[in-house]
Amino acid sequence: MIETSMTWSDLMFMLNGAGKTLLITFWAVAGGTTLGIVFGLIRATGSLWISIPLGFILDILRSVPLLIQFILANSFQAIAGLNATPFVVGCTVLGLYTSAYCTEIVRGGVLAVPQTTRRAARSLGLSYTQDLTNIVFPLATRAMLPSWIGLTLGVMKDSALVLWIGIIELLRSSQIIITRIQEPLFVLSVAGLIYFLISFPISRIGAHLERKWREDD
Amino acid sequence: MFNYTFHWRPAFQALPAMLEGALITIQIAVLSMLIGTVIAIALAVASGSQYRLARFGASVWVETARNTPALFQIYMAYFGLGSIGIFLDSYIALLAGITFNNAGYLAETFRGGLRAIPPIQTRAGRSLGLGAFSTFRLIVLPQLFRIVFYPMTNQIVWAILMTSLGVIVGLNIDLTGVTQELNVRTFRTFEYFAIAAVIYYLITKLVTGSARLAAWKLFKY
Amino acid sequence: MIEVENVQKKFGLLEVLKGVSLTVEKGEVVSIIGGSGSGKSTLLMCINGLESIQGGRVLVDGIDVHAKDTNLNKLRQRIGIVFQQWNAFPHLTVLENTMLAPRKVLGKPKEEAKAVAIAQLEHVGLVDKLDVYPSKLSGGQQQRMAIARALAMSPKYMLFDEVTSALDPQLVSEVLDTMRLLADEGMTMICVTHEMGFARDVSDRVAFFHEGVVEEIGPPSQIFGKRSKSPETKKFLANVR
Repeated sequence: MIETSMTWSDLMFMLNGAGKTLLITFWAVAGGTTLGIVFGLIRATGSLWISIPLGFILDILRSVPLLIQFILANSFQAIAGLNATPFVVGCTVLGLYTSAYCTEIVRGGVLAVPQTTRRAARSLGLSYTQDLTNIVFPLATRAMLPSWIGLTLGVMKDSALVLWIGIIELLRSSQIIITRIQEPLFVLSVAGLIYFLISFPISRIGAHLERKWREDD
Repeated sequence: MFNYTFHWRPAFQALPAMLEGALITIQIAVLSMLIGTVIAIALAVASGSQYRLARFGASVWVETARNTPALFQIYMAYFGLGSIGIFLDSYIALLAGITFNNAGYLAETFRGGLRAIPPIQTRAGRSLGLGAFSTFRLIVLPQLFRIVFYPMTNQIVWAILMTSLGVIVGLNIDLTGVTQELNVRTFRTFEYFAIAAVIYYLITKLVTGSARLAAWKLFKY
Repeated sequence: MIEVENVQKKFGLLEVLKGVSLTVEKGEVVSIIGGSGSGKSTLLMCINGLESIQGGRVLVDGIDVHAKDTNLNKLRQRIGIVFQQWNAFPHLTVLENTMLAPRKVLGKPKEEAKAVAIAQLEHVGLVDKLDVYPSKLSGGQQQRMAIARALAMSPKYMLFDEVTSALDPQLVSEVLDTMRLLADEGMTMICVTHEMGFARDVSDRVAFFHEGVVEEIGPPSQIFGKRSKSPETKKFLANVR
């Protein structure tokens, strides 16, 4: 057996960190997806006067390191005296970051629905919203879901960076234990395994769906 | 609300130092891409190999790279390897971590790319009397290059963004590292990091812009 | 001369060719007709060694295609083949597509390879498309280019694998006309085809494939006429007409 001075309470401490990781991921993905759907529809169907500036701003979020976004947001909220907790800052930044990617997924999905299909729907007398909810979303979901699952997992992994603004998530909690018991390889392996156990099954489901749907077409 | 005066002038005076850091950032990204591509090709070949051990090794690499955070992979190189007596400095650890990550993602890209080329292309090449290797070099490889070009461009951008994680393991010579040093000395966090953000943005735009230009020049078909 | 002797081909458990024999003389045009899945296309792949066989043998000019010591790359220079689709190399222009094999396989100097390629492209009526990429060509033009590309190797035999099946109806005739031209010039050809008119007008003999064997073979007048002896042939022809 592997000898280690890591205790059950250490493991619980790490699982607690993993819980924090999942919680941040949940809020970021929930907020980011909501925004992403709105932004995505604007990008796909809105007027160019809104669509282009929006695309430009979201592109910045994808082109600046997430770590720096955390640092800037944290510093900004201090300057502005918002008194937001690191957790709120972390979720907000990660949520906006998520929305930037989600927007492109939604836009791609909506544009993948053939124009003729939508014309057919409108010609039957369906309103814009009815067209969206009855025709576009069901069809686009197929195109979007695998990418969205990939995005969610990406956000889960990227959430590790909130440790820099003082949140003790999975990786930070491992680091704390490493400092105490000086067994970096073992403790990190446990952390890696936890990440893997969360991520791998979900990514497999995503890949499976993608394959299955491609065969159906 | 804003009980704070922005001091941009001293921040701009630090620009030369930050741009030097940016060069290190680009250096790490480019090196990690070059080494990562070579390893990725080996992984793609190994994952199609008849040897079980090669397939297993490749899939462990690829799945670990894809299912754990990049920061975790850098931690492994920096802290983890210490347990088995390998001590990397922060530069090498960062390079190793990003290279590991790149290789894993690119291996999947190459595998998918190879699958996207219709098998009849190989047959058509062979039917003209070309040998297996010539067919791969003249027919398959150029088409593969085009398919993986955009994913590879994305990966370079990822690599650039990932280099910012070096600061967490104590790197102080890349763009983020230099910026953090300035920040610690002056506590003008927002100003310095805002400038760093703009530089990162410009670097990524430079990369994607030149990639687009190259694609336009290279892929006439 | 191409001699196919009792060839058997299996994909896993599926037996595609169950002992096929066929001889094609020099200058002869043989069409192969039959339902899908009857093994027609597979036979062509076996003739130039793109598919292995599990029994029997294939001789091209007396050389055993599937013998271990046969240099397939050399043998394939004598046998041109055109496939149903994805023939064109998308990253090369029409001229580059056609020059590739003369340069890389025959080792001809660039100018000579170019001259050969241009001559063959002229032959199929594509000389005005030299610097165009295949994606800009119609399906019919792509198939004619594929024919020119095969001809640029000066093959003794040409194999055609349902070359018009993936084409829009109005593009079929330009490809068939090119094939007719070749037949008139005395090229030895084996054509797997669904175009019964072509099979009847151009072929010296027609072979009807059914469930992995040659059900009936003979001159077009026999296969398409009242003299056909096989009820399967009659059934097939009644359905395609």
